[in-house]
Amino acid sequence: MTKEPVAVVGIGQTKHTAARRDVSIAGLVREAAVRALTDAGLGWADIDAVVIGKAPDFFEGVMMPELYLADALGAVGKPMLRVHTAGSVGGSTALVAAGLVAARVHRTVLTLAFEKQSESNAMWGLSLPIPFQQPLLAGAGGFFAPHVRAYLRRTGAPPGIGALVAYKDRRNALRNPYAHLHEHDLTLDKVRSSPMLWDPIRYSETCPSSDGACAMVLTDRAGADRAPYPPAWMHGGAMRSEPTLFAGKDFVSPRAGRDCAADVYRQAGITDPRREIDAVEMYVPFSWYEPMWLENLGFADEGEGWKLTESGITEIDGELPVNPSGGVLSTNPIGASGMLRFAEAALQVRGRAGEHQVDGVRKALGHAYGGGSQFFSMWVVADTPPTG
Amino acid sequence: MRQVAIVAFGQSDHRPDSAETSEVEMLMPVLHQVLDTVGLRAGEIDFTCSGSSDYLAGRAFSFTMALDGVGAWPPISESHVEMDGAWALYEAWTRLLTGEADTALVYAYGKSSPGDLREVLTRQLDPYYMAPLWPDSVSLAALQAQALIDAADTGADERALAGVAARSRTAAETNPHAQLTGSPPPEALLDEPYLVRPLRRHDCPPIGDGAAAVVLAAGDTARRLCPRPAWIRGMDHRTEAHSLGVRDLTRSPSTRLAAERAGAFQAPVDLAELHAPFTSQELILRRELRLADAVRVNPSGGALAANPMMAAGLIRLGEAAAAIHRGAAGRALAHATSGPCLQQNLVAVLEGDVL
Repeated sequence: MTKEPVAVVGIGQTKHTAARRDVSIAGLVREAAVRALTDAGLGWADIDAVVIGKAPDFFEGVMMPELYLADALGAVGKPMLRVHTAGSVGGSTALVAAGLVAARVHRTVLTLAFEKQSESNAMWGLSLPIPFQQPLLAGAGGFFAPHVRAYLRRTGAPPGIGALVAYKDRRNALRNPYAHLHEHDLTLDKVRSSPMLWDPIRYSETCPSSDGACAMVLTDRAGADRAPYPPAWMHGGAMRSEPTLFAGKDFVSPRAGRDCAADVYRQAGITDPRREIDAVEMYVPFSWYEPMWLENLGFADEGEGWKLTESGITEIDGELPVNPSGGVLSTNPIGASGMLRFAEAALQVRGRAGEHQVDGVRKALGHAYGGGSQFFSMWVVADTPPTG
Repeated sequence: MRQVAIVAFGQSDHRPDSAETSEVEMLMPVLHQVLDTVGLRAGEIDFTCSGSSDYLAGRAFSFTMALDGVGAWPPISESHVEMDGAWALYEAWTRLLTGEADTALVYAYGKSSPGDLREVLTRQLDPYYMAPLWPDSVSLAALQAQALIDAADTGADERALAGVAARSRTAAETNPHAQLTGSPPPEALLDEPYLVRPLRRHDCPPIGDGAAAVVLAAGDTARRLCPRPAWIRGMDHRTEAHSLGVRDLTRSPSTRLAAERAGAFQAPVDLAELHAPFTSQELILRRELRLADAVRVNPSGGALAANPMMAAGLIRLGEAAAAIHRGAAGRALAHATSGPCLQQNLVAVLEGDVL
């Protein structure tokens, strides 16, 4: 049984910012959706189904907000699915939408992910109450810092690597008009001397809380033929999950991430990701996750990820640019962050990434993770349709 | 199109309060039951998808704990919808259609007992205009019921509503998992006081905790796992506008459209499991689905006998499939709903091989 090839023909995102007080949640998502439709040269009537994702409903205080958003997203009379897989949700949402096209259930699908974090406080929204979580574990940084320390201990990485990542991503963000943080006067020294939040993660090595939305239009081969701009073609997509806590879980390099990457590479026919993938949009909410994920995703051998970062390979003009958009470190509307990674990877292969376009990107990886490093979703997109 | 079937179904006993068990503890026996039915272990399932809601659990990322109960090690291919499990089944179905998976485990659960469900569900509403007024789910259903009674073309009255309640709760006497069973005759029900006029308590679903799971399989795998698979001949779901002010509450165009797309009108069904938490909603759904009087509707007792949030829709699919597994139905319709006053509706058509 052959699947229908899936093409990304429209991408839209909002200008991300700490608080979009000028729009409702509906106004926010509609902005991204309209931009994606415009990019695809389509109208609302061309959309067969809507697949929407966001991270926990508690962030905005709306239970199952897709019900309320049906009107704003032109979903009335259409199927609408709501995905929630923690921080990986933006990626999972895109993959669920892609599945509808691949299965030939629908021909053209609008997929969208959002977060309006200003409606709540993510730090405390993510500090789960006792008995679900141990006390004094404030926010996501509190959960992930020990795993960063484990990485440092395991690999012997020197302490300054994380700051290099943060400095790189924030400089990349200056080229991305949609990025939340535009820190024109940031220097490496400023990153390194910023306050320590969760040792060894400093303030400037931490993602912001953003309001924002990202949307994509996915379609079949016939839809791609009609698209006004070059499509990005999906060559592989996968999700993997493992339990949150159990003896034997490797928080530094979770097996679910490794398995997920291996599945995507297998689908895309990639045997040497370091050489065959031209750009990576990786979910790096805390700077040290770049070297950690470089290993987890097979771009570096175990213990070697930090060396790749240190050598400058992951800079926007390096051999393997990582997060040319500025990444999660510069923009983090949690529910949308994963889809932004997927969408930015697609922008790169479409040659439509603007000032942060990397030359000659033919294959790119979009990556998202969530929960306690337990949910993973990834796709590989390319500038030509998959063969076979 | 690749043929996909429901090959196993399991559910918990639905109870008004399950304070002594966690969501995972409530779910695990059901997961084991469906996997045992088909002789598979979690690691042998190609794709897993679940439906639940953080708002019921009162904590963010509540589904992550349920995943631990699945035993997702080695890591599994898995996804989650913040919706009723019927939509998780839909996602899994599309995954099987692509050929990427031959089997799928779908589960859903909800505990309403920790909170005040009627208040919790007000948080589903438009957060700027409607939710601040705290209109609760029963009151909104009462508006819908009154509109139905007032409409000239429906013929619905309080006696008809009581008839639905009595039939459903009487049918539930043969359902060992039901939360409410047995009913006085409709005439006696009409002597009961109103809860929110025109709805009496018997017109409303019980509030309870519960879980359900199904296993899906494609083609020959389904035949190998189940003596009489319940083939999904079609499945579709549609959304309506959120605002009650722009909807004709006596109609359910999304149900009608989903049924058309699912092929429900191509041949008569002999059984229908409708997710109608309120008696008045069954009358609306019957009309949209053009169900003949001979069709057995909700022999399980339906949502009026047990309505565990996020699982009740999946249970409709499971009950319809189980009737086919038993040879008690040849072609069955299953329906699930979500949102205030039937905002979002899913319809599936299931068939067994000719006996």
